Amino acid sequence: MELDALILSRLQFAFVVAFHILFPAFTIGLAAFLAVCEGLWLWTKRDVFKRLYLHWVKIFALAFAMGVVSGVVMSYQFGTNWSVFSDKAGSVIGPLLGYEVLTAFFLEATFLGVMLFGWKRVGNRLHFIATCAVAVGTTISAFWILSANSWMQTPAGFATDPETGNFYATDWLAVIFNPSFPSRYVHMMLAAFITTAAVIMAAGAWQVIRGHSSEPTRFQIRMAAGTLAVLMPLQIWAGHWSGEVAHEHQPAKIAAMEGWWETRDVQPTVLFGWPDEAAEKNHGEIAIPNTSPILFPKAEGQLEGLKAFPEADRPPVLPVFWSFRIMVGAGLVMLALGLWGCVLWWRGRIDKPGLFHMLAVPAGSLGFISVVTGWIVAEVGRQPYTVYGFLRTEDSVAPVSAGQVATSLLIFMVVYAIVFTAGTVYMARIATRGFDDDETGPPKREHRAPGSPLGSVSEPAELPYDTKPAE
Amino acid sequence: MDLPLIWSVLIATAVMLYVLLDGMDLGVGILTGLARSDEERNLMTASIEPVWDGNETWLILGGGGLFAAFPLAYAILMPAFYLPVLLMLAALIFRGVAFEFRHKAVRKPTRLFWNGAFFGGSLAAALAQGLILGGFIQGVEVEGRSFAGGAFDWLSPFTILVAISVAIGYSLLGACWLVLKTQGEEQKRARRFALYALAGVALCFAAVSLATLSIDPRVTERWGFSMDHINPAKLLPLAPIPLAGMALVILAARDLLWDVNAPDWRPYVYSAGIFLTGYLGLAVSLFPTIVPFEVDIWQAAARDNALGLMLVGAGIMLPVILIYTGYVYSLFWGKVQPGDGYHD
Ligand code: HDD
Ligand code: HEM
Ligand code: HEM
Repeated sequence: MELDALILSRLQFAFVVAFHILFPAFTIGLAAFLAVCEGLWLWTKRDVFKRLYLHWVKIFALAFAMGVVSGVVMSYQFGTNWSVFSDKAGSVIGPLLGYEVLTAFFLEATFLGVMLFGWKRVGNRLHFIATCAVAVGTTISAFWILSANSWMQTPAGFATDPETGNFYATDWLAVIFNPSFPSRYVHMMLAAFITTAAVIMAAGAWQVIRGHSSEPTRFQIRMAAGTLAVLMPLQIWAGHWSGEVAHEHQPAKIAAMEGWWETRDVQPTVLFGWPDEAAEKNHGEIAIPNTSPILFPKAEGQLEGLKAFPEADRPPVLPVFWSFRIMVGAGLVMLALGLWGCVLWWRGRIDKPGLFHMLAVPAGSLGFISVVTGWIVAEVGRQPYTVYGFLRTEDSVAPVSAGQVATSLLIFMVVYAIVFTAGTVYMARIATRGFDDDETGPPKREHRAPGSPLGSVSEPAELPYDTKPAE
Repeated sequence: MDLPLIWSVLIATAVMLYVLLDGMDLGVGILTGLARSDEERNLMTASIEPVWDGNETWLILGGGGLFAAFPLAYAILMPAFYLPVLLMLAALIFRGVAFEFRHKAVRKPTRLFWNGAFFGGSLAAALAQGLILGGFIQGVEVEGRSFAGGAFDWLSPFTILVAISVAIGYSLLGACWLVLKTQGEEQKRARRFALYALAGVALCFAAVSLATLSIDPRVTERWGFSMDHINPAKLLPLAPIPLAGMALVILAARDLLWDVNAPDWRPYVYSAGIFLTGYLGLAVSLFPTIVPFEVDIWQAAARDNALGLMLVGAGIMLPVILIYTGYVYSLFWGKVQPGDGYHD
């Protein structure tokens, strides 16, 4: 494959957006978790919730900063690399992104300042409102951006200008609530909560293994296990709903996900295999035959295989096929761990280190893995189109030279490698330090409102509280 | 209703607010390069920490708004400024995470690295924005509905001049902000920074204005002013803009030089005024083109129904945003104390 501006732009987009989504997936869930903790603290007055809040808000500040800066990159990518797409689809997608800025980004960014720095200056109640504003902002943001993305997947409510070939909306409600939007929004929000729960559970399990578990640790590990056990079944249902919608609107994507080549009335479920696009079949396939009536009960008539589509209209099969299995597999592991955690909780053994805790620690990454592979299924699966059925990816790309895109891709890789490594190290330091150091901290100074060392992202992670870095 | 016109004013306003707000905190970032101690640097960053993220959101509104309201302009300009936009984004990444990371870094080399990233990122972002602005004024080559020029069209002596001017201008805003937020010895130093930056701004203001007049005969024509002829009928009605700019420079200089008892907010307001006059001058030169000098706002505009839908949203949300932004600024009003903010 020649490395032209198109393929480089696709690589760059995939790279920067996959990097970006790691942070929303975590901050959406964490913002909600923080709001719950603070609300519980105000309501029950139990110290443990405040300690949870003060601990996780430090990690939140770091993740949010990385989410913001990588998001700013995204909003310029459309123009720098997909300018033809921007020109053609701007009148439909633009307002959705505009609404995202107006209704969500300002809310998040402005109240984040109050949330991190304002506790000394506003009362508890107002501070809680700021936390909620940030949490609500993240879900509104996801609403608009997913609406835009879903419109590209299942375009609706628009027409094409005969003169310029540009799209324009004829029915805004149909644009916003396009066919794949409801299922995608539900699936993504659940994904964010699940991702966060997996991380919180991992941090709790780590404390238990180290033998440092304290009251907040006990709370967080239970909250996380319970969340996983409740939300994962819902996620399977939501994922199935997404699959049904995709089957109706993007049958080629489903064929690639399932590894179906032939068109049949009844299809098997391929568990594993190696799709080979040249030979148009799967190698080493392990399949359960005749399961499609159970998985797609609403499908009528024949189920199309990839051969039913001209080669130029097929998505790349291998990444879609495998990403789908990784997403589902990781989800099933998280479900199992959530249930296991609940059983241990019920038996009163969740605070004693064991195999569960050993497994829960690495499982903290599974949510992220599911999110990224899920997006690969959705995005690669809709190729070769950017606006499904109407605008091809190759016709969307900007008239920039391959050299420019190669330069930018290289710079993004270097910059993100530095930022990501540092950010992960700092977050891991805070998370693994846990709560034990908080207890040995100095008494809070008088003039401080409760919890004012807030956003104290600043304390050096490896030093005890009273030693300041030689600044 | 002339929706493209309304939207061009709205986006111009968003960009102006961006310049006044984020320009201020980029300027503070540039000035941290002059900080003598870590205490001073921490004080400087503490003065902007609660608000920088909101400030930067105006940039997203500017960019996103351009995409939404003038997709054609966005589609032409972004590829035209591919490399400076990339430079700006990379700089903003380093700068944005450095806010959080520099406090986390305990070992000396990493702390130096993030302090450097904060200073360097702020400076590079300002310069990149200047290059984009310069390239914009200079005009881009268009064919059909796409950018048709080369990868380095934005690089010229003129754009470098504009880039330096923007960096100095942001430093002025940043220094005035520090005058407002600090006291004592720190404030004295901030005043000194502001004064030097003001001198630089005055020079740059003049140089860029004259250079702009030599860029395109249409600009000269509009101002009725060029090397060989003056058209008073055109020049006189516009003359108040540069004159007001000069007056504000003098007023600001008076405050900074002699009037130590002037209210601390006044230099900032004067400096903002200087920016505003420069911005108006630019608008006069370029309006109504949005891709100078090729595409005007009506050609570049999105469909009316898209503009209308967004106008409803902006009409409701912008006042709300301004209210809560104002609220948060007032919440953090007053001098920062050493060890204030959140790192203590
Ligand atoms: C499911 C949710 C989701 C998805 C699919 C995306 N984002 Fe995002 N984005 C968020 C959810 C989010 C958020 C939760 O609102 C963030 C993440 C962390 C944060 O700080 O805010 C954010 C931040 C964020 C910012 C900075 C906002 C600020 O200053 O507060 C911008 C400009 C974008 N995003 C733009 C994009 C673009 C252009 C995307 C698509 C290609 C995209 N995001 C995908
Ligand atoms: C945040 C989660 C997202 C992820 C992880 C993601 C991932 C990807 C990936 C992997 C590709 C490359 C497909 C390929 O080239 O084979 C892609 C393409 C694309 N995506 Fe997304 N995407 C996300 C969200 C969005 C959203 C919200 C939009 C638009 C509003 C969008 C617009 C596009 C466009 C225009 C392309 C075409 C360019 C290309 O083919 O690379 N994506 N995305
Ligand atoms: C376990 C059962 C699951 C099933 C059956 C399932 C199914 C699907 C399907 C069919 C899609 C493609 C939708 C489309 O392209 O229109 C998808 C996408 C996606 N999945 Fe899953 N999924 C499951 C679990 C998970 C888990 C556990 C996560 C994350 C924690 C996750 C995150 C995502 C994301 C982020 C996307 C892309 C956004 C979207 O299109 O909705 N999925 N999933």
